[in-house]
Amino acid sequence: MSSNDPGAMSATSNAAGGLQADIRLRRGDFELDVSLSVEAGETAALLGPNGAGKSTIVAAIAGLLRLDGGVVRLAGRVLDDPADGVFVPPEGRRIGVVFQDQVLFGHLNALDNVAFGLTSRGMRRAPARERAQDWLDAMDLGDLGHRRPRALSGGQRQRVALARALACEPDLLVADEPLGSLDVTARNRLRRNLAAHLSSRRNGGTASPTAPRHGAGDVPRLLITHDPTDAFVLADRVHILENGRLTQSGTPDELRRSPATAYAADLSGINLVRGTARDGEISVTTDNATPSQPGRHPAVVLHAADTSMFGAVLATIHPRAIALHRERPTGSPRNVWRTTAEAVEPLGDITRVLLGSPLPLTADITPGAAHELLIRPGTTLWVSVKATEVELAPDAATDQSERLTETHPLRAPGRSSNSAA
Amino acid sequence: MTSTTASTSAPESARRPARRTARELPPWPIALLAGIGVVLFALPLVGLVARAPWTGLWAHLSSRFVVDAAVLSVVSSIAAAAVAALVGVPLAWVLARVSFPGRSVVRALVTLPMVLPPVVGGAALLFALGRRGVVGGPLHDATGLLLPYSIWGVILANAFVATPLVILTVEGALRNLDRQYEHAAATLGASRLRVLWRVTLPMIGPALGVAVVVAWARALGEFGATVTFAGSLGGRTQTLPLAVFVALESNRDAAVAISLVLVALSLGLLIALRDRWWPSR
Repeated sequence: MSSNDPGAMSATSNAAGGLQADIRLRRGDFELDVSLSVEAGETAALLGPNGAGKSTIVAAIAGLLRLDGGVVRLAGRVLDDPADGVFVPPEGRRIGVVFQDQVLFGHLNALDNVAFGLTSRGMRRAPARERAQDWLDAMDLGDLGHRRPRALSGGQRQRVALARALACEPDLLVADEPLGSLDVTARNRLRRNLAAHLSSRRNGGTASPTAPRHGAGDVPRLLITHDPTDAFVLADRVHILENGRLTQSGTPDELRRSPATAYAADLSGINLVRGTARDGEISVTTDNATPSQPGRHPAVVLHAADTSMFGAVLATIHPRAIALHRERPTGSPRNVWRTTAEAVEPLGDITRVLLGSPLPLTADITPGAAHELLIRPGTTLWVSVKATEVELAPDAATDQSERLTETHPLRAPGRSSNSAA
Repeated sequence: MTSTTASTSAPESARRPARRTARELPPWPIALLAGIGVVLFALPLVGLVARAPWTGLWAHLSSRFVVDAAVLSVVSSIAAAAVAALVGVPLAWVLARVSFPGRSVVRALVTLPMVLPPVVGGAALLFALGRRGVVGGPLHDATGLLLPYSIWGVILANAFVATPLVILTVEGALRNLDRQYEHAAATLGASRLRVLWRVTLPMIGPALGVAVVVAWARALGEFGATVTFAGSLGGRTQTLPLAVFVALESNRDAAVAISLVLVALSLGLLIALRDRWWPSR
């Protein structure tokens, strides 16, 4: 997605503020050996199936598990280095963790949950509560501070958990499956908050209270997820974890173009298209430029079966749902257009075709079909996608910034930079 | 005790839908045996109530003999419950959280008083802390402090039998507590003591409350260890249960009167506990 962003590409120059984790751990039969770094201001996603070791990595970085070997370094501090006998306990690490299932304190109300970290770090109760109230306000939870977690919805709890982790102004934010336990509606709503607080693209802008407080959110962020949509929408860099090892790391675009494993291929092929929906028609804003085709593209209109959404949306199209033809297809598909094949990658059981203008998409077809169609880079093709295969979700990122600036007139300066973006 | 620990993880149980089954009639053998059980427990109460000297009740209860015993009982049982909590909670924490060789031996040792005949416990205390005891002798020589036959002896004997109840209940609650809450507190910068004080203890609060009240009730009713270690000196070490035992020989009406008070207190306590701490499902 933002692969052209030079900040995400240039490595290790400003490593001082970031996280470098070289994690070696053995738990029973399971062996974890992962080297991972997240730069200041970067959002990295750790994407992997259940049981790949994601939660173990969270525990090791947060100091809840000791390394067997390797080193964890954050903001220039060594946090864990068994060879050197260094181990900083979790309370000394300044790492904000948003836990799976939130893990809010049931005996404290939302406000005191958020204030907990501040008072733990020595702030007096009254100012800590004031600061916590600011965070609840920013999360649109301003009037729910007196509620116990039990009386909050899943999405509200998750936002309290995020506020609690961020309120301490940590050196690193780790979010472990932040959307995992939520239903679809709550997921979509919360993705907005995450986009505002996790994604570096939004932080330059402002909607987040992190921005004014610590200089444009230069905190490194690590998102743990098994959902490629979350990873690819929110992260600058995606690390794919399989069976205790990183099998591939790269920008979402790099992963899409050359996935190293079958799992990576399956995940990275998901097409995400931003646009504006109206009555089931999505006008695509094509900043989804492939590196080979930078710049503006003619607008494309996609048809979706879902006519209930309006405004900024994120359309998801599975690569296997895209059919390719040599001639203009006849029949029912609502979405038909002509394009050229940019690249053709055989990936074992499937052949991945990267499509060019007007809408860069990834299509997975069988090697047999690829052979039959005689696809080579530059081949002209017809693309068809059924309207039922275009899945819509509210576009988190765009939506959030608008909403926050609307509801918080004090942060109005954000509006200008948002509309400029 | 399982039901008390379950109540500590309230969010968990709140999520679980309460399953309502149709009202069921028990098979007749079950009904019969259950009925016999009820009679078994109700009969002594009936006996006590039938024998009660209702007209002179207040006179008996306000006698010097009873008031002294009551005051001593209240003071020593509360002190014993406090000691049980003070020693029992850290012990439970260690047993639940620290893995060390011989842990099961330690656990057996500290919960032994629950199954040991209290008289044996009292005798053992006497051999250890009595005037000629292993520790008691040197202690007396050094400080002049004498534990047996004093209120300190009563408190110690009560705490000796009451503490295991706290240890078992709190250890169970700690084991049931999801460690993630403590982990979350640690990542938020809370020191280990602050985690214990602000997260762990509040979260096991209901179980801890039950543990302390049950320990207090156990201390209030303590007889065997107290009489062996502290004797039955009127006004000094004679608690209510000891007073009942003495009065049975000399003043049977007074014994019944005290017994009624103890029964009413215990029954009220159990009903209150059920309403406040046991989940009423």
